[in-house]
Amino acid sequence: MKLRQYLKKRIVPEAIDRQVDRMRKVTGSLGHDPWGFQEDAAKIGMTLVRPVHDHWFRVDSRGEERVPDEGPVLLVANHSGQLPLDGLMIGYTLANRARNPRLPRAMIERFFPTVPWLGNLLNQVGAVLGDPANCARMLENGEAVIIFPEGIRGSGKPYRERYQLKRFGSGFMRLAMEHNATVVPVGVVGCEETMPAFGNIRPLARWLGVPYVPVAAPVVLPSRVLLRFGEPMHFQPDTEMTEETMARHVDRVRNTISDLIDQGLSERERVF
Amino acid sequence: MSESNDSRPTLLVTGAGGALAQQVIQRLRTDYRIVAVDFREEVWLGPDVASYRVDFQKRGFEDLFRRYRFDGVIHLGRIMSSQGTRLSRYNANVLGTDRLLSLSDRYGVKRVIVLSTYHVYGANAFNPALIDESYPLKSAGLSMDLVDSVELENLATIYLWRNPELNITILRPCNIVGPGVRNTISSLLASRNAPVMAGFSPMMQFIHSEDMARAIETAYRQPHTGIFNVAPQDWVDYRDALEACGCRPIPVPSIPPVLPRTLLRAFNMRRFPPYLMDFFKYPVIIDGRQFSKRFQFEPERRLETIFRYYRELRYQS
Repeated sequence: MKLRQYLKKRIVPEAIDRQVDRMRKVTGSLGHDPWGFQEDAAKIGMTLVRPVHDHWFRVDSRGEERVPDEGPVLLVANHSGQLPLDGLMIGYTLANRARNPRLPRAMIERFFPTVPWLGNLLNQVGAVLGDPANCARMLENGEAVIIFPEGIRGSGKPYRERYQLKRFGSGFMRLAMEHNATVVPVGVVGCEETMPAFGNIRPLARWLGVPYVPVAAPVVLPSRVLLRFGEPMHFQPDTEMTEETMARHVDRVRNTISDLIDQGLSERERVF
Repeated sequence: MSESNDSRPTLLVTGAGGALAQQVIQRLRTDYRIVAVDFREEVWLGPDVASYRVDFQKRGFEDLFRRYRFDGVIHLGRIMSSQGTRLSRYNANVLGTDRLLSLSDRYGVKRVIVLSTYHVYGANAFNPALIDESYPLKSAGLSMDLVDSVELENLATIYLWRNPELNITILRPCNIVGPGVRNTISSLLASRNAPVMAGFSPMMQFIHSEDMARAIETAYRQPHTGIFNVAPQDWVDYRDALEACGCRPIPVPSIPPVLPRTLLRAFNMRRFPPYLMDFFKYPVIIDGRQFSKRFQFEPERRLETIFRYYRELRYQS
């Protein structure tokens, strides 16, 4: 707490302080929420991410104003680049939005909470264990949640498969319907090039208990990142829905994301 | 104390030696004729409260039921997970509760409150936040030392459904802290230095013992049966809680997991037992909204008030 207060005082600019204060979060009397989010930690996190967003990846985002100002939202995006930088950039972009900023919550892989320091740090800046119960509770609380339906199939894929969407899980669609959440598709371009991987050391990954250990450059490359937010989509709850209909809805979202990626790729002038 | 001229309903409160039970008795003694029991000691609670040291397994316990014809039972007495051996805890907590509930049934008790604990959910890295009452009780699968807590609950649940005339309400509170409370977390908050698992600081919930006593009183006075979490809508991480109490966190190496377990077993610290280690690594955040809604209950004391008490306690010592 003392370190956090010290860092907040020393590094957080007033603009970010005010920006986070503008985002209405349901927190307790000491600034925490049930998932571990902490307001001051979020301010420090935003301060540290800002130069990465603005200068390292030079993020070019379009359509973020389409994300509703309030109420439950699922931001559904393609996943790539070995590290969850895509989630970080989407989150920062919305938190930095001039009108009605929102700090979306990112669902993280299940092994993160077991990693000392990192698990706590991610929770404090708003990331949450990727569990359907958590996602449901957050939607009930009217939060915006970032979802990568490809999961590790997307983030851990090799560079030769870049911009090829993997299979989408259908869990997000069930949650969207059950909680009447708006689905906003997001196409991410550029994260594939941040850490191109040429293989996966499976035995080492198994031994370490992590989803993959990529054979990749040991640095995060400064590729330009383009975020394209699509039109909000609404799916009416239907208790009689068959798996086939559900799959069709999921495909609709997947195809929209594919179109947004194509749009981003066509608008991208250079990779770096 | 006069036994025949008192027309007030009679109430048995177990665990009378504990701070929580004494606060509950304080709240109910005007409206109820209270009989307080504890298996550790006979506690003096004033001339209007009959107090006994009694073993639930002994015949003398049934004599109390014959003599007083209890209208209600508030079962707060238990050996905490940091006390006794597994067997003694099992005997006192599980078999003792079985006898208490069976006697309650035999002697026509009409209302029973059983105090459980949020520990029954178990601390697991994959726990979602805001666990509700239908969540599985994973504790028994994670630590043998918490089996008695889960068994006690299961037993109470069996009686809840099998003997509806007992009108059982089971309360699963978060960490109960405050003046006189002697459980693990209260001892840690009151200490000058407290161990933390290096790199972990789980979210926690705290309820002041006065608020918890009021929750128990409220539950007893209302007819709703069932199982309810009791926790405020306020959260703080463990390290922040320690610092707010003026306590210095002392990191214990946390990886590989076998290392802290071995260290804690070697030091055999009562206030940081190895089988509660995971509760200091992973959050178990419960959702108390159902209880709040059903019983119209809101805790009054905020975290700041709770932590100020521990700060002042240290300053005074």
